[in-house]
Amino acid sequence: MTVCYARRYAHLVTMPASSPTAPPAPPPAAPSALADATASDAALRRFLHGLPGVDAVGLEARAAQLGTRSIKTTAKAYAIDLAISMIDLTTLEGADTPGKVRALCAKGVNPDPTDRTVPKVAAICVYPDMVATAKEALAAAGGQDVKVASVATAFPSGRAELDVKLADTRDAVAAGADEIDMVIDRGAFLSGRYMKVFEEIRAVKQACARPGGEDAHLKVIFENGELSTYDNIRRASWLAMLAGADVIKTSTGKVAVNATPANTLVMLEAVRDFRAATGTRIGVKPAGGIRTTKDAIKYLVMVNEVLGDDWLHPDWFRFGASSLLNDLLMQRQKLTTGRYSGPDYVTVD
Amino acid sequence: MSEQSGNPGGAARTRLGVLKTYKLFVGGKFPRSESGRVYEVTDTRGNWLANAPLASRKDARDAVVAARKAFGGWSGATAYNRGQILYRIAEMLEGRREQFTAEVAAAEGLSKAKAAARVDAAVDRWVWYAGWSDKIAQVAGGANPVAGPYFNLSTPEPTGVVAVLAPQESSLLGLVSVLAPVIVSGNTAVVVASERAPLPALSLAEVLATSDLPGGVVNVLSGRTAEIAAPLAAHQDVNAIDLAGADADLAKELETAAADNLKRVLRPADGGSAASDWSTDPGVKRMLAFVETKTVWHPVGV
Amino acid sequence: MSPMFEYAPAPESRAVVDIAPSYGLFVDGEFREAAGGRSFKTLSPSTEEVLAEVAHAGAEDVDAAVAAARRAFASWSALPGSERAKYLFRIARIIQERSRELAVLETLDNGKPIRETRDADLPLVAAHFFYHAGWADKLAHAGYGPDPRPLGVAAQVIPWNFPLLMLAWKVAPALACGNTVVLKPAETTPLSALFFADVCRQAGLPGGVVNILTGDGSTGAALVAHEGVDKVAFTGSTAVGKQIARTVAGTRKKLTLELGGKGANIVFDDAPIDQAVEGIVNGIYFNQGQVCCAGSRLLVQESVQDELLEALRRRLSTLRVGDPLDKNTDVGAINSAEQLARITELADSGEAEGAERWSPACELPERGFWFAPTVFTNVTQAHRIAREEIFGPVLSVLSFRTPDEAVAKANNSQYGLSAGVWTEKGSRILAMANRLRAGVVWANTFNKFDPTSPFGGYRESGFGREGGRHGLEAYLDV
Repeated sequence: MTVCYARRYAHLVTMPASSPTAPPAPPPAAPSALADATASDAALRRFLHGLPGVDAVGLEARAAQLGTRSIKTTAKAYAIDLAISMIDLTTLEGADTPGKVRALCAKGVNPDPTDRTVPKVAAICVYPDMVATAKEALAAAGGQDVKVASVATAFPSGRAELDVKLADTRDAVAAGADEIDMVIDRGAFLSGRYMKVFEEIRAVKQACARPGGEDAHLKVIFENGELSTYDNIRRASWLAMLAGADVIKTSTGKVAVNATPANTLVMLEAVRDFRAATGTRIGVKPAGGIRTTKDAIKYLVMVNEVLGDDWLHPDWFRFGASSLLNDLLMQRQKLTTGRYSGPDYVTVD
Repeated sequence: MSEQSGNPGGAARTRLGVLKTYKLFVGGKFPRSESGRVYEVTDTRGNWLANAPLASRKDARDAVVAARKAFGGWSGATAYNRGQILYRIAEMLEGRREQFTAEVAAAEGLSKAKAAARVDAAVDRWVWYAGWSDKIAQVAGGANPVAGPYFNLSTPEPTGVVAVLAPQESSLLGLVSVLAPVIVSGNTAVVVASERAPLPALSLAEVLATSDLPGGVVNVLSGRTAEIAAPLAAHQDVNAIDLAGADADLAKELETAAADNLKRVLRPADGGSAASDWSTDPGVKRMLAFVETKTVWHPVGV
Repeated sequence: MSPMFEYAPAPESRAVVDIAPSYGLFVDGEFREAAGGRSFKTLSPSTEEVLAEVAHAGAEDVDAAVAAARRAFASWSALPGSERAKYLFRIARIIQERSRELAVLETLDNGKPIRETRDADLPLVAAHFFYHAGWADKLAHAGYGPDPRPLGVAAQVIPWNFPLLMLAWKVAPALACGNTVVLKPAETTPLSALFFADVCRQAGLPGGVVNILTGDGSTGAALVAHEGVDKVAFTGSTAVGKQIARTVAGTRKKLTLELGGKGANIVFDDAPIDQAVEGIVNGIYFNQGQVCCAGSRLLVQESVQDELLEALRRRLSTLRVGDPLDKNTDVGAINSAEQLARITELADSGEAEGAERWSPACELPERGFWFAPTVFTNVTQAHRIAREEIFGPVLSVLSFRTPDEAVAKANNSQYGLSAGVWTEKGSRILAMANRLRAGVVWANTFNKFDPTSPFGGYRESGFGREGGRHGLEAYLDV
């Protein structure tokens, strides 16, 4: 596989950002690696516009076809637990309080109080100012292995100066965030300033560094609904992966169009091709609008058939969701007991 | 012609008419039959008119090669261009009304007035079809509203090389009525002229040759219809056959042979071409018999 | 999360369809035994289980069916178009109601995956009746003159690859135009046509308007040769199509033929690669490749050949071959032992002639007729597998360098049914579409069908069109 992709993507090998093990690059203003990238602005544009096009109808048909897979019995039980373990249980409201966050953490650690075999969620996703609260609450609930993810970089619009975004990021990291969910500058992307987007991701990646500790993982949110075309989503995927994203994420959950099977499929394909070209694995996180077990299973089927089962792990695939968890729990109860469950039998947090 | 060839001993004549050597029309050129054969053509009373080439299987083969060679250019020409050329044919024919009137009168045993009317009708038929060149696709094609996000368009395209057995009785108007609908859409043709009355067809070739019609688009053969038609019906590089000039038995034989490569077959009218009234509105049937509907799909997405 | 995501079996229930042990011929609105008392068995190709015994119609039965159709023609053709339309609308609705049952039946008798019968065949069957229903009282506006007349009795012979869909393609326009029908389904897939007879009964269709004769090739030959027939419509192999063309030569029977193909699917280096791969898969593995318009020749531009083939192989490795009734099956059984033998023979010739053969790892069931999805590379125009219709899940890959070469190779065939073009360049699509000698050109898509869209071939792929306004001509005296 690598041989062929190496042909189309040969020039990538020389791009500095493609190496995940590269030492921390100097600050954005400095020359060297980033200066090279800046110098190849035209090359970056040429590369992104040289990616194979996406036919929207064919893509959506493929996503829909994968959605017709019928996942029953043992496979369904497996998928439900897997999906639960992949959830970034999220609250991103202006009205968030420590109490709300603590309740969410308790639920993430112990999703079904009546059934201790239910796996924990992957992470709790909050605003930066709630990171510390979340860390404490998880520890208190025995969920030290549940990550805390924090949105940052002037989420959700991303409309702030870079230093504000970086400060936002550093705050979250300092507060103990394991993962940072940043938003790209869609305005810059849509106006063709790809290098600006690239540099910003690189800078945030730097800000994820935690001296003396494990660096926070960086999830890069595109806001697919604003990028509008699948070609743009594919370009954004490559751009983010080249810039050092650990995970690429569909959306903030704050606009009309969030994750869809089709726009997630484009990202899965990009991740597949990126691995073939560079050997680097990138995670994917659809977020927003995934509310039912049926929906979640469709995504898992896509991951399974596009990337293979080694991506079926919370390290490589996440769901950004809140209400999804309760539906998964009700479906799980149904499988266990044979009866349909109801909302009164799952917790409301 | 008859006034030139007849009355050889006429004492008052001071000048001997110059007879025309009728030739085949293949690939834009006027060859004799490769067989070297000719046959006697007479008027309806049995008077000798001329010797016409007696085309052979090999002449038919050469004509198919010429027609195939011309197909790409002719079918690829714009409909407007084809229309102008068909109109040019009408203009050229109009300019030779006298000659054709005499030939048709002799060939079909008509009075001069009636023959002239047939020639006029033939000219007008070219004009009528000239106008069709850029309309048939609109009438026969169009968008199909499929139930999905697809652009879907059907367009008629020429079938390819069409063998045309010209009507036996109507030597010019009948011929034009079957030839024009074949070529107007971009097909190329190998025409087998009326066996008994081939001279108007052979003269029409001279009109075609001076009408900007690319060589090979129309090829005209004279001779025994059954003899020439058989190899054409069986020819694997002929896409369709118009049996207008075949009688019932020959038509059946040719249709059977045509099945070998699934030629499109336009059967003769009930009662044979004698029963055909070429003066009526032709409609679009003959054009539609020699087009293929191509349907193209494309997704509609951003 | 150590266990792999193995999809558990998800079988569609057989209980929704009730197959009788035996079926007669449907003539004049009633089922009856064959006059000669003969019958034959129809098998489930995926298990070789006998599904039912079916009457074998002989010459006497053909006489009776044609006579019944002739009797019915007078009143059927005299019905106002609006009344004929309502019968067809009823049929469309009943098919929608019974679509699950008919999908399972079709999967059992044909071997194709339930996913396809459920999502493709049956929706299209209903759509064809719905579409043509609307034409029945609008024929004067169809462009065939102010009062186009029906032909009379239509003899229709259909293949086994899309049994009920091919029935719909034939019966719906015939009835809409005011003809009556004697239809012979394929020998190996008679059941859905017999169930359709029951749909006609439920719809209250007058007796004799639709007659179904089951049998083999001899039944079909007797039907198309019958003097009482005014129209012959055949879908099937080019060889049989030629024989039928000879049979009707010199008669007044109007003939339309939808025959074989060797469709070229052309992929340029600027194609949307992931969708092209899907299009290639859909083009040749849909219905086990038993599709006349299959994209059986992949013409790929040399500059992307390796990349495309790699992506294709990776994709093929995810195809699920097996129980056609399992909702997750992508590739089902080959329709018959005879067809399997033909596919096997041609595939073997590919190897013998030097092409390179590849199939994804897949376990084929022990019983039934199975053939793994297969790709041949290093194929040249001279190979049999590049010229002959295989009618199976076998893709022949050829390469090209320039658009001219692609067109030349694509058109270098006695067939001309379908072609595919994959490129993101609009003007190139249109240029290619103009130059390809094929009745259907799918650009950046493949194997799409719709009742409004005329379908049919150039050259030895047959003549006449089915579907759309164009398809009406086949059933009108124009």
